[in-house]
Amino acid sequence: MKIRNILILIGCAIALTGASLWMGQQAYSWFPPQAAAESKLIDELFSFLVSLGTFIFLGVTGTVTYSIIFHRAGKYDTSDGPPIEGNITLEVVWTTIPILLVLWIATYSYNIYAEMAIQGPMEAMHIHTMASAHAATMESTTEPIEKIEVLAKQWAWVFRYPNQNVTSTELHLPVNRRISLALQSADVLHGFYIPAFRLKQDIVPKQTIDFEFTPIRPGKYRLRDSQFSGTYFAAMQTDVVVQSIEDYNHWLKTAATQKPTPANNQAANEYTQKIKGAFTSGYPTVIPAPPPLVNFPS
Amino acid sequence: MTNTQIEKPKIAEPHHPPTTWKTYFTFSTDHKVIGIQYIVTSFLFFLIGGIFAMIIRGELITPEADLVDRTVYNAMFTMHGTIMLFLWTFPVLVGLANYLVPLMIGARDMAFPRLNAVAFWMVPVFGIILMASFFLPGGPAQAGWWSYPPVSLQNPTGNLINGQFLWLIAVAISGVSSIMGGVNFVTTIVKMRAPGMTFFRMPAYVWAVFSAQIIQLFGLPALTAGAVMLLLDLSIGTAFFDPAKGGNAVLFQHFFWFYSHPAVYVIILPVFGIFSEIFPVYSRKPLFGYKVVAVSSLLIAGVSGFVWVHHMFASGTPAWMRIVFMISTMFVSVPTGIKVFAWVATIWGGKLRLTTPMLFALGGLIMFVFAGITGIMLSSVPIDIHVNNTYFVVGHFHYVLYGTVTMGMFAAFYHWFPKMTGRMYYEGLGKLHFWLSFIGTNLNFLPMHPLGLQGMLRRVASYDPEYAFWNVIASIGGFLLGMSTLPFILNMIGSWVQGEKAPDNPWRAIGLEWLVASPPPVENFEEIPVVISEPYGYGKSEPLTANLEKQELIKDLN
Ligand code: HEM
Ligand SMILES: [Cu+2]
Ligand SMILES: [Cu+2]
Repeated sequence: MKIRNILILIGCAIALTGASLWMGQQAYSWFPPQAAAESKLIDELFSFLVSLGTFIFLGVTGTVTYSIIFHRAGKYDTSDGPPIEGNITLEVVWTTIPILLVLWIATYSYNIYAEMAIQGPMEAMHIHTMASAHAATMESTTEPIEKIEVLAKQWAWVFRYPNQNVTSTELHLPVNRRISLALQSADVLHGFYIPAFRLKQDIVPKQTIDFEFTPIRPGKYRLRDSQFSGTYFAAMQTDVVVQSIEDYNHWLKTAATQKPTPANNQAANEYTQKIKGAFTSGYPTVIPAPPPLVNFPS
Repeated sequence: MTNTQIEKPKIAEPHHPPTTWKTYFTFSTDHKVIGIQYIVTSFLFFLIGGIFAMIIRGELITPEADLVDRTVYNAMFTMHGTIMLFLWTFPVLVGLANYLVPLMIGARDMAFPRLNAVAFWMVPVFGIILMASFFLPGGPAQAGWWSYPPVSLQNPTGNLINGQFLWLIAVAISGVSSIMGGVNFVTTIVKMRAPGMTFFRMPAYVWAVFSAQIIQLFGLPALTAGAVMLLLDLSIGTAFFDPAKGGNAVLFQHFFWFYSHPAVYVIILPVFGIFSEIFPVYSRKPLFGYKVVAVSSLLIAGVSGFVWVHHMFASGTPAWMRIVFMISTMFVSVPTGIKVFAWVATIWGGKLRLTTPMLFALGGLIMFVFAGITGIMLSSVPIDIHVNNTYFVVGHFHYVLYGTVTMGMFAAFYHWFPKMTGRMYYEGLGKLHFWLSFIGTNLNFLPMHPLGLQGMLRRVASYDPEYAFWNVIASIGGFLLGMSTLPFILNMIGSWVQGEKAPDNPWRAIGLEWLVASPPPVENFEEIPVVISEPYGYGKSEPLTANLEKQELIKDLN
């Protein structure tokens, strides 16, 4: 290979790397705010994959584009190209590199997953002794709070704080504490999903699924059903309020004193509208559960 | 190699045009007629599925659920997905393979021509069963193309025969039809190759079809069993999957994905095969690393049987399972990457001719690379936990299913159109079709990635206003994509009726199918070819067969 070609190749590689790293940095802005310790870990992994992916994408499409521009047959050129049928060295290289890349991505993903420890710490399969997000983000804090029960039904969320015997249709969480949830469904599959936390878990009827994470940013976020659950699936949303431990305790105390009242429920509202409507344009539907009776209706 | 063993007895037929339009409405056993029957039937369903997609994008152009009732919306996306997979992608690929495989391996027909015709005629049958569900009081199935229980078992009408019931019957028939096709293809490729057509002289497309059909044989029984069990739960009250009666809802997901993941390779492998045929022709170079490309199809088929749980990372899946299937999934990308690099190396330094089929293949390749990259992201458990069931996944698989598979099918239609019809298509309309589809696909499906990262879920009829911007763009792209089929339809019909007459080999391509007339005679080959070299001998000026090319020469001399 001529020196000039080698220099051009090196130049391209540097430009590609630069573009890829830049794209990796952009990736952080494509997400909702990082409201849980886990979201930081996931965004970091995603940014890495975006860099790698950009490199591969630009590398491949760049080469193809170059060919399209410079390797076109002339209008009256009916000759063939060089009859090159393969190149063992090249093929070995482009098999080995993807294998190494895959191993790298898998290890990195595994480590991040272990660190998230959303199903509890992964003791049985630790390769590295890795602190979980639990410990990693928890220097400042103390005892874990009680387990919150999450009940999903067609189409409402109900949260129960057993120690205070408080029920709510809005999920209140203290900031910087390890949260532990018990997810249950009354009817079909649902999914517990808070985009700002980057966390999702299907809820399976007749099963209790434990789920853990650590909110780190006070504010109000959306909680959505992420597993298709029938007619009013899209309306099965509510708010998550992350607040300081003092505010949280205060909220619990006040809520405990309130008499249970029916919460506002979009599915139930829409259904009543629908049967009241002069004509119905749709098909019959499963009837929404009545609005839940809770101490704290949102 | 043993044409004479399985073949039906041949009656010498006089030379008349092989088919008239009426033939296509008959129970023909000619693989070429069946191929075109499959292609045209599935294209009609492609248009129906496309109309449903327009309704979906119409609903999603605003955040509120205001265009159709939520139940109707749910029926729309369920039918869209079902039709696009079971009535467009699968049958159209089988149609193309039906047309090409016997020609490419030098056979006069498929191994079991009658079985072939029966398998085809099941397609309109289950298509009609599926569409009939629109006339039921409860409407069509509304549980998505996965039909996960318990939602799929909920039956607000109380009627025994509801949309879900017909859906399950249709899918079961589709499975039986595909199994018949699988048996037929595998037998044909193993048993009916012309003398000298060793495995390593088969075109890469035939390798790809072979690998894909092997997947059908091991995977489909699982799906069909799952569908039948769900049907029993729904109709006679068994409790395989109904948790209320002690069944296991997640078990269904295993049945479903054990087939439906490998199914995506049933779909993509033949398209890889199309790329492997088209790039050499229009680059005038041999397929780079032909043997490796051929074998990697089988490798992909093998690995694809061990990755299905990546669709269930967010289900009640234990951590060890998540990790094991993450790693196996990532390894699929190795043989896939090998193919991509081989195509790029084929193009590199060639003599490129940007005809319509080449444009579609290049566009498909670029969009496939993108889809592969998002696929790797999805296989990473922590990322998938965030984006599972969001529009990110929808973006990923539409880049494969539209960006790659449908684009690849169009490439194939244009490339083999002169062979199938004996007419040339209009290049200008073809290019217009390409640019509309390429721009439309990216406009429609690229915005789905930021939407998914932001947390917009799939299968929603309404969404929070923060997602409005990208949805408007996606909808515009969707409508553009709808429009893009018009020049295609015009081109195909117009050219077939009054296009310029096509020569036997308009692209100067190397392959057995290009050595016979356009369209090929009923029996394909008057004399069975004797193959003497590897495919893709571009730039080598050596004959492919010992007998057919000589014949050409003699014909030219007379
Ligand atoms: C590099 C190769 C690929 C990888 C690593 C990959 C990975 C994945 C993963 C992990 C998912 C699940 C995401 C989720 O539901 O959360 C997925 C979904 C999907 N992929 Fe791929 N994929 C690849 C290529 C393909 C190809 C070639 C096709 C089709 C021809 C395809 C079609 C699909 C479809 C249809 C879905 C979604 C099914 C559904 O949820 O309805 N993928 N892919
Ligand atoms: Cu679609
Ligand atoms: Cu899959």
